[in-house]
Amino acid sequence: MSEAMRTVKFKIYRFNPETDIKPSMKDYELTIPDNQDMMLLEAILRIKALDDSLAFRRSCREGVCGSDGMNINGRNGLACVTLLSSLKQPIELRPLPGLPVIRDLIVDMKAFFKQYEKVKPYLVNNDPLPAKERLQSPAERKKLDGLYECILCACCSTSCPSFWWNPEKFVGPAGLLQAYRFIADSRDTSKVERLEALADPFSVFRCRGVMNCVEVCPKGLNPTRAIGHIRSELLAEGN
Amino acid sequence: MVRSATSLTGNGVRDWLWQRVSAVILAVYTVFIVGFIWITPQLDYVAWFQFFQGVGVKLFTLLAVLSLLVHAWVGMWTILTDYVKPAGLRLTLEILVIIALVLYFIAAIAIVWSV
Repeated sequence: MSEAMRTVKFKIYRFNPETDIKPSMKDYELTIPDNQDMMLLEAILRIKALDDSLAFRRSCREGVCGSDGMNINGRNGLACVTLLSSLKQPIELRPLPGLPVIRDLIVDMKAFFKQYEKVKPYLVNNDPLPAKERLQSPAERKKLDGLYECILCACCSTSCPSFWWNPEKFVGPAGLLQAYRFIADSRDTSKVERLEALADPFSVFRCRGVMNCVEVCPKGLNPTRAIGHIRSELLAEGN
Repeated sequence: MVRSATSLTGNGVRDWLWQRVSAVILAVYTVFIVGFIWITPQLDYVAWFQFFQGVGVKLFTLLAVLSLLVHAWVGMWTILTDYVKPAGLRLTLEILVIIALVLYFIAAIAIVWSV
């Protein structure tokens, strides 16, 4: 007896700058066993087995590396942690919005990482090194929860209108979450310099609080709250 | 640090604070005016005339207009820097907005002190 099968319909954004003048949406159909569910990434890999010209990024396939961020039915997310059964058909896949498309679902992340680099996402501490390590109390460490877990998939920043309009000036939710992660770190000694670098009208203050970042974050983080904390710190510092 | 010559104060915190302070002033002024309308039994020309003859009311009105202009400039500057990308066109629009706001203020002074 043959297994009952079902068809899943897809519309996938295709663009190859070497051969195409304009991007287009291409239809795909995937036949899978009726009683089987899978992550979207697995389905895309099966589509690639049918059409190996389809280009996309992926790596860890478990929501840790942040490579397969894409626009799924109009909402940014990670293909590897999105259940196929949770999506309305035809499933529309597009590259992350607001960044230049290199090919198909692959975007150029330079603008995103440039903003990340700007916030100096590393610990700065000019005090003499202690004998063993720089200690934190459990309470101080707790302040970093909800900040350090970011995997830099860019789902948040590329869903943010302020980042779309000013990607070279507004740091964006991902970068600002990291900025606050180091501002809030008790072991960091450059809080004042960090805040000064963010005090202009664009870097932080271009955030209008629409919370698209919170809505899409696959790790359930809250960049808007972190941005609010940065604003309060800036006010307290009197910048 | 992103430099911006045309924002109200050139500093994000101060721009942000000015916009909020001006919003509070406008809110208080709104309550003040609605309160006046509420407690005045007969709201006619004479009542309005007497109301605006008070120097306090005049000053408060001008403060509210000034707050409105500050508030509008921060907002308009944000909108223009978001949506108008060609620098020449943006600067032209910014100058037009500034001229309009300054004229509004002069007109407001003329109106309020003519009472």
